Amino acid sequence: MTASTAVASPDLRQQVQAALSESQMPLTDADVARIVTEIVRNTDVELTQLDLKVFQEIDSLAKYIQAAKAEIAAIRPDEIRDDFVPSATDELDAVVAATEEATGTILDNAEKVMEAAGELEEPTQSNLIEMVTAIFEACNFQDITGQRITKVVTTLKHIDERIQALASILGDEVDRATVPDAVVEVGSGKLDDEDLLNGPQLPNSAIDQDEIDKLMAEFD
Amino acid sequence: MSVEKSMPVLIVDDYKTMLRIIRNLLKQLGFENVEEATDGSAALRKMRERGFGLVISDWNMEPMTGLQLLREVRADGQLRDTPFIMITAESKKENVVAAKEAGVSNYIVKPFNAATLKTKLEAVLGAF
Repeated sequence: MTASTAVASPDLRQQVQAALSESQMPLTDADVARIVTEIVRNTDVELTQLDLKVFQEIDSLAKYIQAAKAEIAAIRPDEIRDDFVPSATDELDAVVAATEEATGTILDNAEKVMEAAGELEEPTQSNLIEMVTAIFEACNFQDITGQRITKVVTTLKHIDERIQALASILGDEVDRATVPDAVVEVGSGKLDDEDLLNGPQLPNSAIDQDEIDKLMAEFD
Repeated sequence: MSVEKSMPVLIVDDYKTMLRIIRNLLKQLGFENVEEATDGSAALRKMRERGFGLVISDWNMEPMTGLQLLREVRADGQLRDTPFIMITAESKKENVVAAKEAGVSNYIVKPFNAATLKTKLEAVLGAF
């Protein structure tokens, strides 16, 4: 009972001290009963205070965990897993694919110019080769941006994993608190300007020019 | 010592665009006997099939990185003397130190230009 001893009342301490100093002398039954009673009384009081403190700490911890659960539910871990991260990684993959394709086209044409330059007289040939070299050098960007984007994708996936792990630790309450956004249907009249700012679409979710033309014609 | 520009050169990179860029820049410098590989293990297989006068390799590739390739090359009695240039976006000091400790002949940081490539080639092979 270290806690009780540490906060023992001066009264009890005095009695124990007195008992110790008289330890050579036999204690009467009344002395022993008085000391034991005092110890029990002190212990009860201290334990009650300690219990209260513990309960208070547990209560504030519980509130803190509830608040954390609410915060985590608010960021919607399932949406991050199912929509945001896949959507962001798809967009970034599309950036890499588009720049790779564009760079390929630039290089195709630069190579043709380099071949054609071989037929030309100096100094035109040298000038042209110098320009083509500058194009080759500039195309370095595709490799660098590709690697940077790959790093961003890895980071996004890592954040997603951490959030899912946290949500999993906190249990079902987080899942239950997660309510999906209401789906806004095209033609429902609920779209505002912000809903229309979707940016470029991924190839598999975009409509092509022919479809756009058909759609436009429907309004004529 | 004159540089034999007809010697076979192996370029290793997992980005096809980068392989094309390096190939074209080498062509402009007169090196036309160029082969490609897209990772370290493919490069090592090619090197064991035939000798190369120079290897120019990226670092960040899978399954075998450029650094692993370099270590394999330096540990191979037949290949250990092959000049090896690393061309990579890995530009931290510890990367350069690790490559140097593994025996890299020279180190080029991406993005690079034709002049840098020529300078490093000359530093490794001799002036041309």
